[in-house]
Amino acid sequence: MSDVLETPASVTARSLRRSGRSPMPLRVEGLTLTLEGTLVLNDIDLALADDGVTAILGPNGAGKSLLLRCLHGLVTPTRGTILWHHEGRDHAPDLAIRKAQALVAQKPVLLRRSVLANLKFVAGLRRPRPSTDDLMQALREVRLEHLARQNARTLSGGEQQRLALARALLHDPRVLLLDEPSANLDPASTLLIETAIRAARAAGTKVLLITHDMAQARRLADDVVFLHKGRIVEHTSAAAFFDRPSSAEAEAYVKGDILL
Amino acid sequence: MQDFAQSFLLAGGLILEADPALVEIVLLSLQVTLSALLASALIGLPLGALLAVTRFPGRRALVVLTNALMGLPPVVVGLLVYMMLSNAGPLGVLRLLYTPTAMVIAQTILITPILIALTRQVINDLDQEYAETFRSLGVPAPTAIAALLWDGRFSLVTVLLAGFGRAVAEVGAVMIVGGNINHVTRVMTTAIALETSRGDLALALALGLILLTLALAVNALTSLINAPARMSGNVRRA
Repeated sequence: MSDVLETPASVTARSLRRSGRSPMPLRVEGLTLTLEGTLVLNDIDLALADDGVTAILGPNGAGKSLLLRCLHGLVTPTRGTILWHHEGRDHAPDLAIRKAQALVAQKPVLLRRSVLANLKFVAGLRRPRPSTDDLMQALREVRLEHLARQNARTLSGGEQQRLALARALLHDPRVLLLDEPSANLDPASTLLIETAIRAARAAGTKVLLITHDMAQARRLADDVVFLHKGRIVEHTSAAAFFDRPSSAEAEAYVKGDILL
Repeated sequence: MQDFAQSFLLAGGLILEADPALVEIVLLSLQVTLSALLASALIGLPLGALLAVTRFPGRRALVVLTNALMGLPPVVVGLLVYMMLSNAGPLGVLRLLYTPTAMVIAQTILITPILIALTRQVINDLDQEYAETFRSLGVPAPTAIAALLWDGRFSLVTVLLAGFGRAVAEVGAVMIVGGNINHVTRVMTTAIALETSRGDLALALALGLILLTLALAVNALTSLINAPARMSGNVRRA
């Protein structure tokens, strides 16, 4: 599998294309979300740098996925501000922001057509439009080129995740939002996905990664946002979080204790 | 009973010999129904998709109205089209009454609400699945509608077949606006009604058998088409 870990040439090309891009840092103030009377995100303040991999950790129900969807503009918060700095000014997560980002959901929704046609559909949404050769290269990077003509709905879970990742990376997003991209996948698929994440990071894409896999977070994250009961309990470097967690909740979580 | 048996034999003979009168009626039926289906599809598929994906004041009332219109009584449609196309009507100058075009208009009016309502349902289900992904990808509305229609194509063919079945078996409206004129507007259903009333059961039975075969063929086709539709749903392997 060692060849899988190599950074693909096309990613290097992307890095060069990206060298002139403006940074896209994030600032969140007082983000609060109430759903059906339940407070699910509580007064969240957060500032994220433009680069690196930020792991969003926390037990089930902590609000990780909702936070990610708020940041991407798919869920409107009850209160608070989310500001992405993009092309010289601050934006709420509007259409321009979503177009500069890409989200891979835990259960990605693929169109009812072939693997290649799924990529072609997304390719047609932006300029410059990638050629079929580019699309095949994108499939090659996630080891799906041999399935290009197959119905995307008949792929295995791991293959669907890899296709979703290829789709997300097609237009070189400034920010990649990943919601448990390797949940329930076998080690080989997980490795492929992690390789693609590393390559994207190396190419200058900011990655926000939700994961329950602590080993994966250790392998990939530069910094960690730890959520518990809708609040950010800790936001620190990955090394500090795993070696010297400052809160009792984070310490228990790192140890593998059940958090109530 | 002997008469009935004889009628069946004669009907079989008419079909096997491809009796010219029978063939003419069948072909006109298919021409009228397929024309109506095409017109209906051009109106109903995009309107149904629009109704599924857009949100505007009064949309719910429109959905209820469309659903209600699925049960339009054919004779009422025939009467309304007759009034529109008769010499005293607003479209009388077109001189379309008692022509195949009038029958196409009546059938189009009859099946368009069916196509709109069923398309809306199909596309609405698909849109619920795709909406968040499309929003995340920043897919423009026209592209989203086209994608939904394409991805829902297997189910939509079933919708078209439902419209075809309804139109081809319809008798009341086409009788009123077509007049059942021999060699001009006589179609299978009106011919069956006429020949039965005249006691010529052989031709009526032959046409009935063809109509029944068409209905069975449409059903078989629907099942065949639904197989890949089920395949293109989520059948993710482990």
